[in-house]
Amino acid sequence: MSVAIVDYGSGNLHSAAKAFERASRESESDQPIVVTRDPDAVRRADRVVLPGVGAFADCRRGLDAVPGMVEALEEAVRKQGRPFLGICVGMQLMAERGREYQVTEGLGWIKGEVDRIAPRDPALKIPHMGWNTLDARKPHKLLDGIALGPEGLHAYFVHSYNLNVADRSDLLAEAEYGGPVTAMVARDSMAGTQFHPEKSQKLGLALIANFLKWKP
Amino acid sequence: MFKVRVIPCLDVKDGRVVKGVKFVDLRDAGDPVEAAIAYDAAGADELTFLDITASHENRETIFDVVQRTAEACFMPLTVGGGVRTVEDIRKLLTSGADKVSINTAAVNRRAFVKEAAEKFGDQCIVVAIDAKKVSKPGEPDRWDIFTHGGRNPTGLNAVDYAREVVALGAGEILLTSMDRDGTKSGFDIALTRAVSDAVPVPVVASGGVGNLDHMVAGIRDGHASAVLAASIFHFGEYTVRQAKQHMAKAGLPMRLDP
Repeated sequence: MSVAIVDYGSGNLHSAAKAFERASRESESDQPIVVTRDPDAVRRADRVVLPGVGAFADCRRGLDAVPGMVEALEEAVRKQGRPFLGICVGMQLMAERGREYQVTEGLGWIKGEVDRIAPRDPALKIPHMGWNTLDARKPHKLLDGIALGPEGLHAYFVHSYNLNVADRSDLLAEAEYGGPVTAMVARDSMAGTQFHPEKSQKLGLALIANFLKWKP
Repeated sequence: MFKVRVIPCLDVKDGRVVKGVKFVDLRDAGDPVEAAIAYDAAGADELTFLDITASHENRETIFDVVQRTAEACFMPLTVGGGVRTVEDIRKLLTSGADKVSINTAAVNRRAFVKEAAEKFGDQCIVVAIDAKKVSKPGEPDRWDIFTHGGRNPTGLNAVDYAREVVALGAGEILLTSMDRDGTKSGFDIALTRAVSDAVPVPVVASGGVGNLDHMVAGIRDGHASAVLAASIFHFGEYTVRQAKQHMAKAGLPMRLDP
């Protein structure tokens, strides 16, 4: 059993790896966490995590620059149905396309586009930066045992763009920020979080632990 | 619901917390990582390290501190102080920082903000502004940017400068009143509001917190998205949780997770 965190030159792999290691230890799932840019390691992994920080187009370029990585992701996640978690821009990349600075193709695993957050209240600050509660839109193993809703635990967000899902059944959780913001998506063996579980203290570690034992 | 942030700030020199953190029994009050763990447990919403290491050869110490903190704390971390190049930013981010704060380097060369934001995304680029009031009594308020701990005037208007760096890609402004810093007399509310209302990104109010009402005023009257404080937390006058409970009582949306 192993968990591959895909290293494509984007973002904060160190924090993500440490949070997964901690959650693995505490939940006694004891799955080795491997940070890798080797497509074969992704193919062999039992679970795959795609982190991502920065701009959509830049992340997509980074992913394409690792030879064979997109193909390995397609194979492991789409063909083999291995549990997959996209984080922040890693989740956004699951969409069909992104509209940050330029139009860029995503992986197309979740129908929808990534576009700038447009809160109803123009005084609201962008980026949506800080802690917000989550409202679940359907039950899911990743949310097991986590207190949600207005009185629930908080997740740490930092983003200016939002994945607008075309099919609402892909929506797992939303946050309120001058209108609904996509906080989580899920379909088949895939899930994604717009917030950073590796920075979301209690909620984050619980969610990662759930991911490590998820059997879709 | 979206919440207001309370951010303790630790001054770090040569890998050690300056003056130490006294609010809990730490084995080593000067270890930034132990202090970070204590603030994490106390409910801090983020943590900021300001690296004030003067000598070039000790600059590497901050990367080790950031790396060890990221291994122990699963909360957002901003690091500032001495950030001059894209390579400095890359090293801090890969060590585990979530945001990097740029101060003098942005004053000296504005294009640096743009380069950094394009490279790493505007969400992780904070521009720190140290401002002092320069208008005379009776004149309309005006604050200028000062560097080197408030010693060097630049002649740059703080509100105009904030607009400019945000247009270049700063995702957050860390705004310190040099008039109030260390005075415990409260934030410069007029300054905070002038900058907060001028830019579309979050503003973190800093400089002058002496009691918990000051923190409420920074958000409610200063329109800041977050408040940063150092000494009132380090010396145990108030805990982070007390601050957040006080702010919640005043009607502000606070994260009070158990």
